Amino acid sequence: MTTRLRQNAREAIAALALVVLFTGYIAIHPRGFSTYVVTIWSNEGTLLGLAAIAQFFVVLVKGIDLSVGSVVALTNVVASFVLNGSPTSIALGMVAVLAVGVACGLVNGIAVVHGRVQPIVTTLATGGMFSGIALLLRPTPGGSIDETMSDALTYAVAGIPVSAIVLVVVLVALLVLLRRTTVGLGLYGVGSSEQSAYMTGLRVNRLKLVAYSSSGFVAALAGIYVSMVTLTGDPNIGPSYTLNSIAAVVLGGVALSGGVGSPIGAVIGALILKTISSLMFFSGLPPLAQPFFEGLILATAIALGALGVFRVRSRLELYR
Amino acid sequence: MADRYVELKSVSKSYGGVPALTKVDFRCEPGRVHAILGENGAGKSTLMKLLAGVIQPDSGTISIGGQTVRFSSPRDAAKQGTVCMFQELSLMPHLSVGDNIVLAAPRTRMGLVERGVYQEAREALDLVGARSIPLGARVSGLSLSERQLVEIAKAVFRKPKLLILDEATSALTSELVETVFGVLRMLKAQGVAILFISHRMHEVDAIADRISVFRNGRHIETFDVGARTTDQIVGLMIGRSLEELFPPRRPPVPDTTPAVLDVSDVSWQSQLVNVSLAARAGEIVGLGGLDAQGQQQIMHAVFGVLRGVTGRIELNGKRLNGLKPPRLKQSDIGLALVPEDRKTEGLIPSMSVAQNMRLAALGRAPFGLLDLNGNSDARLRQLIERLALTYGSLEDPVATLSGGNQQKVVLAKWLVLSPKCLLLMDPTRGIDLGTKAQIYRLLTDLAAEGMAVILQSTDYEELIHLCDRVYVFYRGSVAKELKGDQLSADALIAASMNVHLHAGARA
Repeated sequence: MTTRLRQNAREAIAALALVVLFTGYIAIHPRGFSTYVVTIWSNEGTLLGLAAIAQFFVVLVKGIDLSVGSVVALTNVVASFVLNGSPTSIALGMVAVLAVGVACGLVNGIAVVHGRVQPIVTTLATGGMFSGIALLLRPTPGGSIDETMSDALTYAVAGIPVSAIVLVVVLVALLVLLRRTTVGLGLYGVGSSEQSAYMTGLRVNRLKLVAYSSSGFVAALAGIYVSMVTLTGDPNIGPSYTLNSIAAVVLGGVALSGGVGSPIGAVIGALILKTISSLMFFSGLPPLAQPFFEGLILATAIALGALGVFRVRSRLELYR
Repeated sequence: MADRYVELKSVSKSYGGVPALTKVDFRCEPGRVHAILGENGAGKSTLMKLLAGVIQPDSGTISIGGQTVRFSSPRDAAKQGTVCMFQELSLMPHLSVGDNIVLAAPRTRMGLVERGVYQEAREALDLVGARSIPLGARVSGLSLSERQLVEIAKAVFRKPKLLILDEATSALTSELVETVFGVLRMLKAQGVAILFISHRMHEVDAIADRISVFRNGRHIETFDVGARTTDQIVGLMIGRSLEELFPPRRPPVPDTTPAVLDVSDVSWQSQLVNVSLAARAGEIVGLGGLDAQGQQQIMHAVFGVLRGVTGRIELNGKRLNGLKPPRLKQSDIGLALVPEDRKTEGLIPSMSVAQNMRLAALGRAPFGLLDLNGNSDARLRQLIERLALTYGSLEDPVATLSGGNQQKVVLAKWLVLSPKCLLLMDPTRGIDLGTKAQIYRLLTDLAAEGMAVILQSTDYEELIHLCDRVYVFYRGSVAKELKGDQLSADALIAASMNVHLHAGARA
């Protein structure tokens, strides 16, 4: 158990920070701890949390995805066309939106794996294309979303926000897939050392495609959820999701060098970011000072996460 | 199964026009251990990679049990029962030991990895003598020798029909090598064909049934173990005899010579306990012992890599405690360390040969400006000649050189600074005999020129034949100092296992 805790120290620290921040947020929120406050918090956290999981998959295999936000925006726009009408057409629409997400991820993956283009360049370019398509489809925010479904997915059941339930279900499913299947373990293997993975007989290229398409799939989930919360399709929401998703995975202890971290960490990181900005909103600080404090808290959190450096007794470890 | 399992017919392979293997005919049979000997560049690694599916032959055929095969990847080869344990370890550092082993040959039920498989992984680890390594440990936290054991366990776990071991035991101590050999004998009895590459002749003698010698990409000769003397085998490999491997003994350095490096009462964590040792100018001092008894840590402690070291470390009367490598390498101190792992600690593989050689000297130029045509380049050229470095162009990435030549580059990068004291961590691990002989001669010459050389080694032969004195480490402290006539394989092994007390009682 202790080794397990040590190996997941980054997640543990992040979780602790989240608890502290959340307590502070509830304490200063004018309405205090109520289903309403928690549901709003959970809904917004889920949006970024899903985007962070999408980012996690790419970072896990040593990539970085600058198109996460664009995929969220594109799938959100597509959802605003297809997520209404009869239950059957909504279900088909859902499949279509997810397919769009997977297709976006696959495009990234193919360019990285077979085109041998670096992930950062690939996703910078494809991200532009995805947002461009979103803009062409819907130049200004609009469209309609089935309101019954939106209500069902964004309110609370027995005091528990539905979004939190959705997020937990997604996380549990992903954890089983990542830790108990050969594909999941293979993803960690490829991220840890591509060469070793190849020599071990893993299908490195195929696994990377899986990582990128999973990223697209989860980004599409985020896009769908954005539609549920906002009830429109907005092509301009991308950029903040991209950068925050990267900040979230870093906060949650996912190593940008690949092979380390979990979707739980990514989600905790996302919730921390969301809580910080909500905290700022109610703290009475002048709005213009908020970005500064958000940045400061982010920097402090990262510095705390790096405290382990001082425990290292052999300097060689610092450069590994 | 017929009577031959793997057969190569007239196989050739070249890289960018440079032939690595030329018309090789070779076969190995089930239930036998077949050793492949040859210098670096002889084509051993190319042969292994062909069999393991990493590369494909330009011409010729590879067949298994009479069936011609063509592997497009290691995965392909593994499906046919060919498992290769490469010198460059194929473990994924951030995964646990158990996951690493299980991923090599996973079994699943309803998409999930079966839990029972981890039990089998545990058994494979126990079998190769790695009882102390937990399944849940991350590979990145293991020592080099532990990783080799995991790698061997992983290979065994895959139940190979042809097992290829490429310098698989290079970081293991003799006891562990014996355990691993026990496993190999068991696999052999089960009918596994084993190809064994090692530069340690006594290991080849101990385990192999047949020996094939390769030279310059050609298969020179195959014979049963015992059919040739060691000298003849070395002759086949390099055209040189064993006596020539080690330079003649030098006269001992008088005890009155003051010490260059003086280490006293050094402790660190629980891994170093009151270690005292000294090296005089002109001496080659060996550090031996079982794996991880503190020999590596004392080198790191002296070179300023460890934090919180207590005790006294002095070089020519100057106190070194608390100083870090950038300071220690300056000419007024003059310390240099050739690290254990040349790929990650010794070299920057993607940088060119010339850049790597200049790397250590960078901090010495004023303001870090490069003295482009100054005397450091002239010194480099001298060193290249002195080390007999074989290379295509100095602008090639250093990763393109053979292991032995890479190690020469590491040596050159430090020697260009003319250190007063040279620390070497297992510098000949996984290096061919020819290059070993060159490095031995170089170290002897450096000592004769007045350098104090400290050589940590896992190879008893070089501790015995090359060193003036040997400190044997046991559980973080110096268990015994051996010199002169005391230096023998028996004495070293006894001291390593800390059973020297009985001998002491007799005296």
